[in-house]
Amino acid sequence: MADVTRMTATEIAALIATGEASAVEVTRAHLDRIAAVDDRVHAFLHVDTDGALEAARAVDAKRAAGEELGPLAGVPVAVKDVLTAKGVPTTVGSKILEGWRPPYDSTIVRRLRAAGTVMLGKTNMDEFAMGSSTEYSAYGPTGNPWDLGRIPGGSGGGSSAALAAYEAPLAIGSDTGGSIRQPGAVTGTVGAKPTYGGTSRYGLVAFSSSLDTPGPCARTVLDAALLHEAIGGHDPRDSTSIPAPVPDVVAAARAGASGDLTGVKLGLVTEFSGEGAEPGVTAAFRDAVDALTKLGAEVVEVSCPHFQYALPAYYLIAPSECSSNLARFDGVRFGLRVGDDGNRGLEEVMSLTRDAGFGPEVKRRIMLGTYALSSGYYDAYYGQAQKVRTLITRDFTAAFEQADVLISPTTPFVAFPFGSRTADPYQMYLADLFTIPTNLYGGPGISVPCGLSEGLPVGLQIMAPTMADDRMYRVGAALESVIGTLTPPEL
Amino acid sequence: MSTTVLPSYDDVVERYAPVIGLETHVELGTKTKMFCGCPTDFGGEPNTRVCPVCLGLPGSLPVANKAAIEATIRIGLALNCSIAPWSRFARKNYFYPDMPKNYQISQYDEPLCVDGWLDVEIVGEDGQPELFRVGIERVHLEEDTGKTLHVGGATGRIHGATESLVDYNRAGIPLVEIVTKPIPGTGAKAPIVARAYVTELRDVVRSLGVSDVRMEEGSLRCDVNTSLSPAGSAEWGTRTETKNVNSLRSVERAVRSEMLRQAAVLDTGGRIVQETRHFHEDTGDTTSGRSKETATDYRYFPEPDLVPLAPDPAWVADLKAALPELPRLHRRRLQQDWGLNDHDMQSVLNAGAVELIEQTVAAGTTPAGARKWWLGELSRRANEAGVELSAVGATPAQVAELQKLVDAGKLNDKLARTVLEGVVAGEGSPSEIMAARGLEVVSDTGALTTAVDEAITANPDIAAKVRDGKVAAAGALVGAVMKSTRGADAKTVRSLILSRLGVEG
Ligand SMILES: [Zn+2]
Repeated sequence: MADVTRMTATEIAALIATGEASAVEVTRAHLDRIAAVDDRVHAFLHVDTDGALEAARAVDAKRAAGEELGPLAGVPVAVKDVLTAKGVPTTVGSKILEGWRPPYDSTIVRRLRAAGTVMLGKTNMDEFAMGSSTEYSAYGPTGNPWDLGRIPGGSGGGSSAALAAYEAPLAIGSDTGGSIRQPGAVTGTVGAKPTYGGTSRYGLVAFSSSLDTPGPCARTVLDAALLHEAIGGHDPRDSTSIPAPVPDVVAAARAGASGDLTGVKLGLVTEFSGEGAEPGVTAAFRDAVDALTKLGAEVVEVSCPHFQYALPAYYLIAPSECSSNLARFDGVRFGLRVGDDGNRGLEEVMSLTRDAGFGPEVKRRIMLGTYALSSGYYDAYYGQAQKVRTLITRDFTAAFEQADVLISPTTPFVAFPFGSRTADPYQMYLADLFTIPTNLYGGPGISVPCGLSEGLPVGLQIMAPTMADDRMYRVGAALESVIGTLTPPEL
Repeated sequence: MSTTVLPSYDDVVERYAPVIGLETHVELGTKTKMFCGCPTDFGGEPNTRVCPVCLGLPGSLPVANKAAIEATIRIGLALNCSIAPWSRFARKNYFYPDMPKNYQISQYDEPLCVDGWLDVEIVGEDGQPELFRVGIERVHLEEDTGKTLHVGGATGRIHGATESLVDYNRAGIPLVEIVTKPIPGTGAKAPIVARAYVTELRDVVRSLGVSDVRMEEGSLRCDVNTSLSPAGSAEWGTRTETKNVNSLRSVERAVRSEMLRQAAVLDTGGRIVQETRHFHEDTGDTTSGRSKETATDYRYFPEPDLVPLAPDPAWVADLKAALPELPRLHRRRLQQDWGLNDHDMQSVLNAGAVELIEQTVAAGTTPAGARKWWLGELSRRANEAGVELSAVGATPAQVAELQKLVDAGKLNDKLARTVLEGVVAGEGSPSEIMAARGLEVVSDTGALTTAVDEAITANPDIAAKVRDGKVAAAGALVGAVMKSTRGADAKTVRSLILSRLGVEG
């Protein structure tokens, strides 16, 4: 049998469905691959060998009993450590939650289990999903399988690296400002941020509640669509969840794979062209746009004048919400507790715990957010940022009157070497320059590999109107039909 | 402690004008908590009525309880408020371990109900009822906190404690906050207006059936704001907020005590500090809590985990149409039905017996009969035990049954009291106790005649006197029969004796 770790989720599911491979065999193959390479890649924070094999055995038993299997039954999946899974350590990349085993499943994990997928373990991330490189993980960074000396993107670098390193065919990420799409771009994989409210946040450890969106990561657009369909849809446990069916993303991906984009209007955002991106990224992007026009798509220029304020608005809204969301990590009920020696008071123990448990980027954002929400500053900062958010939403609405989807490079630069952007936070924040507007608007966006620059992957971002996630899958699959999947050098 | 000599109350209200304000919290009696499915029943082993949501575990999310929103809107409507077409929850951020998330989901500048009023009735100087209209600033919905128990300290407060334990059973129970507008112009009546307001509010909320509003169990909590300004001054003084006011009587006492304290400070050229003060039930004093001048910045912002509330106007209109009669109007109607004058009705009110009498009458007895027991024997017992009348141990159904036994001649007044004693002691229903203790009035004439004959035989001298026309002497025979029958109806016994002795009564 061919190496299942090199196969797509769709191929693996077919093998299991026909009985050519058992779910246990497929799971063992991936666990072996993790054992072989993850000491170098460090995509995983926790490998749940027993849980994975148990889930695989259950799928095999179902098949043996003649029960119907779902389209992803038996397919392994890696889950970003931001989502709770009952009894499985969940750290969010932070020391403050080290050793915490949640007593409940997140909705995403519950749906993954219901779909018969096999959860391999939890993947590395920047602490509390704050970062673009995994360098802010409290447990050390993840290496990019294309060059282990470079970053895999962030915050969900672990999930995307696990795909690129063939440790898993599917992964779950979460995208607050680009944390699914930018890692997808720099690892040469696919990462989709669904419409906000299209996937449930229940059990997703919150960074910024109004922006956080869990979503699928895969090596192909169709696999991402299948995973999106499995995890998406209304959840009564999340008030902000949209009570509507998941757009038909799988059909859209299949339609796009035919390579026909006749009648599709692609909007090029004027404000995203020009300076900002590396020349190699711009070149790969332009080639991809040419390829898309050859498939019948029409390109129109659209102006989104307020996108230039997206980054500053984001760095007020996200830290503000985070300063409140992270208040519960105080050592009282769960996770780390420091200094409780019987002589110290409550406030001191809380302070010592938070000081020891949070890393520098998390502290920076808590302080930024606390300041922005302070009485006397609220209107000038948080209030103003919310107004910008409204204006950006209007830009999107206007742009979608002229184009079916908007396209841009996913991130201005290819995977950068470790340590090259940690000295200046702003240089790190720029990684999300093109992805952040979508989060502020709440619409969906996907990153699909579109070529290489200096031997490193470049991603193309496709943005669609809210609850029109299917459009981006169609265009993404069409692009993939031309570019193909990117294969990193052997580890 | 301050050693200042307090001025007299009459003197204070002559020289100063008080402005009061009340913030009242009502715990709703919904089946489940505000943002999760945990039950809300009072009591329970610590930390047994909790889940990831009300424990604020990482990743958990709140979902608003529709029944709580409905109850809040009904309270707002009963208080003549406008229901906001669009409102939002907000986060109130502060660190305290009884708050699992270290923020409270509350409402800030966009509450559910705004700008209403409540008319309250006080007894004027002439003894006539006098109406006072209290403005309602807002009614909003929030979640309750857990309870912290400080162990090892002398005071039970956090200071000096060696250990603190937190029970999150209460965390997340829906809490409605009702805030009055500042209430000026009450003068010497400020304390009784405050009390009358809380009483009326309690009755309104109870009539809606959305909370049991028990101050002693904490399902109704009240903070009292008080300020004084020199009489005739256009500017209001600095206010203090008094907490730990746990009974209606305390509301009145707290305002009065704070007025006296503030006057003493102002009289000596002092300055009132804007602060939280604690009321002490035992002394009737308030003492300083934390100062609000270095107030916590709560960093309110709209709760991003919850969608805004936009109640359907048609639904709100339905809720409004279905509101029950206001307690004040309801009482007026009862007063007429029961045929009471203002003074008698006031006695019923003061005793907290309106609903009890109403329910007793509904259980099938006369208003006079019901009133007699609740205002007499049962009020006496409640006073002695220091409990509210409703907690005295007898139910309206039992009282109704008791009175029916009296009306039927099966119990006389004295026996009925004894039966009631058994009811209060939890021995069962009045008829059960009557049977078990053998307390029934002997009304079987056969048995009575035997008893009378026995008494006549045993007291031949007295019987002879009666036969001779000294009818008054029959009293001794009546007494003997009463004793042997343990309480027959005296009138019946007397006429039976006279007829056996051939004397006309
Ligand atoms: Zn709960």
